[in-house]
Amino acid sequence: MKPAGFEYHAPRTLGEAVQLLHRFEDDARILAGGQSLVPMMNLRLARPEHIIDINRIGELEHISTADGMLRIGALTRHNAFMTPPTDDPLGRLLAEVGRHIGHLPIRVRGTFAGSIAHADPASEWCLVAATLDAEMHAESSAGQRLIPASEFFLSSLASDLKADEVLAEVRLPLLGEGARFGFEEVSRRAGDFALTMILAVLWLDGGRIDKVRIGIGGAANRAMRAPEAEALLSGQSASPELLRRAAEAATASIDPIKDIHASAAYRRDLVRALTRRALERALA
Amino acid sequence: MTKLDINLNVNGETYPIKVEARRTLADALRDDCGLTGTHLGCEHGVCGACTVLVDDQPVRACLGFAVQFEGSQIRTVEGLADGDELHPLQQAFWDHHGLQCGFCTPGFLMLAVAVLEKNPDIDDGELRRALASNLCRCTGYQNIVKAVRAAAGAMKR
Repeated sequence: MKPAGFEYHAPRTLGEAVQLLHRFEDDARILAGGQSLVPMMNLRLARPEHIIDINRIGELEHISTADGMLRIGALTRHNAFMTPPTDDPLGRLLAEVGRHIGHLPIRVRGTFAGSIAHADPASEWCLVAATLDAEMHAESSAGQRLIPASEFFLSSLASDLKADEVLAEVRLPLLGEGARFGFEEVSRRAGDFALTMILAVLWLDGGRIDKVRIGIGGAANRAMRAPEAEALLSGQSASPELLRRAAEAATASIDPIKDIHASAAYRRDLVRALTRRALERALA
Repeated sequence: MTKLDINLNVNGETYPIKVEARRTLADALRDDCGLTGTHLGCEHGVCGACTVLVDDQPVRACLGFAVQFEGSQIRTVEGLADGDELHPLQQAFWDHHGLQCGFCTPGFLMLAVAVLEKNPDIDDGELRRALASNLCRCTGYQNIVKAVRAAAGAMKR
């Protein structure tokens, strides 16, 4: 349970970190909060030869708003979201969802962007990013690249980030006044990874659902939207029957994982039940 | 692997130590600083036994490398008592039978110190959610909650 040896680098600027990555590529890993990487190193599931610790790059710890997007720097900790980081409804959404991440000591160290880069399908932040079509801002020695969430999450623990790229910032679209959301998660114990979670975000126009986003996390090999369910709801007046059909469509859209904690059938049941509940909560 | 010369500030004292980069903070505290009050349970961030405070915030010392914490103020269970006088939380654990085998106790104490220093008026639900961070294999959770609740009153005085 001790990590293998590695060479330690503590760059002071993003530019230095990018140069180190360029030099070592596959042999290096970025260390941010370490709440996923270090357990994997202790278990020797990961044995990087070089660790590039970005914790001393102060410029990466920021949250700001620009051009209708919330910009989250690579070193922003989970704990920064325990109170809403913006007056936009997105702030309340992040605060409510973020409370489900691990425990206090994990939220003190772990980072938003680290969670995104790790691409665990049961990560709350990956669900938020997928649901809201976040943009991932990657930096490499070749320049910058903006990756939409739909192309970023490839499968469990696999993202579109290249070996020489660092995820410098994640950008989430502000929701605008009137946005409503509902979040539902089931896990074995408080603070555990989600077996399944659903995030529903919607905008009403009169009595009708004008626009809706439904995201599914923990159930399949990556966080993803449920476009069939969204299409069923768009432009319609909410009714119990409509929500039931939307929940059914969301359930049909996933290829559930199975593990020691829950079978595929159970995860389907969770998607069905939690989609309905998340929508009800958003509409309440 | 080469060893690095670093200074760790623990409980107000400076410990000049020589460690490999892969040395976790928990191992450095125990084996290089000789502060064996910090316990190691799971070594992968699940049990919370190794919880210490870094700049007054609780962290799992098995999930960080000692070299990362140069320049930080680290607090461990050894820093709680004032000479022979127990910290109010330690006294409350004693009074309310908050420990049985005692293995998880240092982690619970440091977690609870951080929680109460930040929010002495924490409500029961929030307190239980915070304490859910750590595991007690003796399953003495009820008395741990009672002890922390009692200490909250004592620390405010």
